[in-house]
Amino acid sequence: MKRIVLAAVAALTLGAPAALASGEGDLAAQSWSFDGIFGQYDRHAMQRGFQVYKEVCAACHALKYVAFRNLADLGFNEEEIKAIAAEYQIADGPDEAGDMFTRPGRPSDQFPAPFANDQAARASNNGALPPNLSLITKARAHGPDYVYALLTGYRDPPADVVLGEGMNYSLAMPGNQIAMPPPLTEGQVTFADGTPATVEQMSRDVVQFLAWSAEPTLEERKNAGIKSMLFLALMTGLLYVSKRRIWSKLH
Amino acid sequence: MAEHGTAAVHTGETRRDFLYVATAAVSVVGVGAVGWPIVDSMNPTADVLALATTEVDLVPIEVGQAITVVWQSKPVFVRHRTDQEIAAAADVAIEDLRDPQADGDRVQKPEWLILIGICTHLGCIPIGYKGDFNGWFCPCHGSHYDTSGRIRVGPAPENLKVPPYTFTTDTSIVIG
Amino acid sequence: MSNSYRGSAVVRWVNDRLPIFTFLDHQMRDYPAPRNLNYWWNYGSLALVALVLQIVTGIFLAMHYIGDARFAFDSVEHIMRNVNYGWLLRYLHSNGAALFFLVVYVHIFRGLYYGSYKSPREILWWIGIVIVLAMMATAFMGYVLPWGQMSFWAATVITNLFSAIPLLGQEIVAWLWGGFAVGGPTLTRFYALHYLLPFVIFGLVFLHLWALRTVKSNNPLGIDVRGPQDTVPFHPYYTSKDYFGMGLFLLVLAGFVFYAPNYMGHPDNYIPANPMVTPTHIVPEWYFLPFYAILRAIPDKLGGVIAMAASLLVLFVLPWLDTSRVRSARFRPIYKVIFWFLLADVVLLGYVGSQPAEGIWIHIGRALTAYYFFHFLILTPVVGKIERPRPLPQSIAAVVLKGGKA
Repeated sequence: MKRIVLAAVAALTLGAPAALASGEGDLAAQSWSFDGIFGQYDRHAMQRGFQVYKEVCAACHALKYVAFRNLADLGFNEEEIKAIAAEYQIADGPDEAGDMFTRPGRPSDQFPAPFANDQAARASNNGALPPNLSLITKARAHGPDYVYALLTGYRDPPADVVLGEGMNYSLAMPGNQIAMPPPLTEGQVTFADGTPATVEQMSRDVVQFLAWSAEPTLEERKNAGIKSMLFLALMTGLLYVSKRRIWSKLH
Repeated sequence: MAEHGTAAVHTGETRRDFLYVATAAVSVVGVGAVGWPIVDSMNPTADVLALATTEVDLVPIEVGQAITVVWQSKPVFVRHRTDQEIAAAADVAIEDLRDPQADGDRVQKPEWLILIGICTHLGCIPIGYKGDFNGWFCPCHGSHYDTSGRIRVGPAPENLKVPPYTFTTDTSIVIG
Repeated sequence: MSNSYRGSAVVRWVNDRLPIFTFLDHQMRDYPAPRNLNYWWNYGSLALVALVLQIVTGIFLAMHYIGDARFAFDSVEHIMRNVNYGWLLRYLHSNGAALFFLVVYVHIFRGLYYGSYKSPREILWWIGIVIVLAMMATAFMGYVLPWGQMSFWAATVITNLFSAIPLLGQEIVAWLWGGFAVGGPTLTRFYALHYLLPFVIFGLVFLHLWALRTVKSNNPLGIDVRGPQDTVPFHPYYTSKDYFGMGLFLLVLAGFVFYAPNYMGHPDNYIPANPMVTPTHIVPEWYFLPFYAILRAIPDKLGGVIAMAASLLVLFVLPWLDTSRVRSARFRPIYKVIFWFLLADVVLLGYVGSQPAEGIWIHIGRALTAYYFFHFLILTPVVGKIERPRPLPQSIAAVVLKGGKA
């Protein structure tokens, strides 16, 4: 069933007819630092992932709902965030003359979208709509594994496969076709911390970043969860003993 | 757990009471722990808090002019005072004021008066260059403020508030 | 009012003017509950806990949610990202809704097992069914509010059920939608109703409790209370038991909220609603799946809708379909067996509802649907007639004090 759902989702993304192929588009389960009860994000990986998003993905994909100030979660300080925000031009206005204008970004601004609207995005991308990435790991079944498989799943098509116009061959997609050309190549970005920029490394890192953009409150949630569960267990235990005491009067 | 030790010597009744009290206390703490997030959800959200500062370019404001900018959803008056206005603000017996404050304590540079434009009476917005002292006049209940924004006549209890601000250059400020 | 209420001076002062403490005493301390209620009787009070939780979290979510199709999806993300503890409120609300249904379904099956619908509790039972119907409407409209893909298409599919109504179907659907398709007006009116209905449910719960106080609780033996030796005061005995059950419920809820908040949700609902693209496999929330399976089992539009409605409405006449005068399945050897068959049937229907409507699933769904109605319309009356019940005990006290199963 998961596979079918995934196929549905993938077909949606592509705007292509759904090829409900069984056995294709398999996702290998990866292990992520944010999995599990105590799972947290990896700050270094997120910072590298942010660099990948900024230098590669952002050309076509929006990061709606994420503001520059949120980058504090990645470990950036206020000055760094101001500097990052100032690299972007943000549409603002109207000014006194009634005209819209652009100005450098501020920490309170959200990441600007690369295209003014969906139509402009399609026009620039061979008819395909690059989805907003800020919810992508929650909007796909097994989202982090899906994104990783997609980014690392490009291959040359086998001889007997005929691809659609402008389509690329992918192991991750059901039907093995994807409109997005391979976005990552070896050494495409230069990480400040010297981590080698292999396709796998960049993919893992950008998944960390995207998982955070989809669920920035994950760490807060899990921390609160441990406290809540322990507290509730204590309370329930006390309630049970009290109940036993009260009922013991009866017998 | 001092109570536990003493309870043990007492009768079972005491121990039972302690159990019920402890259970009730823990449950009340639990209710409180759930209550706080619910209450806190009504506090200003993160995106609202992020808009806490406003930059103002002072160059276009002529002497004798005032503009109103928005800071944290509130009007802020930025007034380029004339020499007469500065003199009038200084020439006041401070001890006679309802809310005694020297003009020098209310400005960083005498020519620039920066005030939160909300009447300290009940929150209306006073009108500039009006009233008995040519400062501000609040039309709601008739409070008169002077050219330093201090309450002189009327029901308002306090002077117009000065927001926190800094001069980033000689001709621009950041409020907040 | 001669009022010698015990307690502090303040309590007495209030009680003399508004006898609220006397009232509470009367309701809780003096209410005689059968002394043998087992843990399956916890689910009624749990349902009330769940309802209150939904109302409280819902009110505070409503302070940030925007019931306008242009902003609804964004406002939910705003709640998740910017509102203090917004993620907690939303996850409590969405997972709380699912657990509310779980609790109520257990409550219903408890009633079925122990014959709680039988005389004199028919009206109590009816009010319960009305509550479930109101819950379903509320949950459905609540699911539409985030305005994701599943929200939009759930709204489309479910409102289209009304188009099966002969003659006026299309007009009724357009009236529901406030347009030519599901859209902004639909979302806004669903929001208004989603806010209103929980308070209607709350009122129904009071009727439910009123009826309960009148006819008194059933019990696992299904025999009537014969005297004080058969009962204990509701407070502190069942209040303490209910509090313990509530603790367990909150643990389960917290487990979902903190560690698997989207487990019962659907990834597609994190994609904004798109009226031009239907997800290829749409499924309702799990608590609707059995009914969804019944809907799809009938190869006829109107027929499917009627079958689905009938699957719930049949419960209204159950008190008369069941011809046995013995309430508890404990003393009904055949009914006990068919009860478990029914439960299995409903669970399997739920599974079928989650599968695509193709191939073998269609046939299995039809068989299970047929069995569902066979159970209520044929088996229940016939078994009541032919079954020879085991002898009923003398009294509740006799069983409890003998050390029998309480």
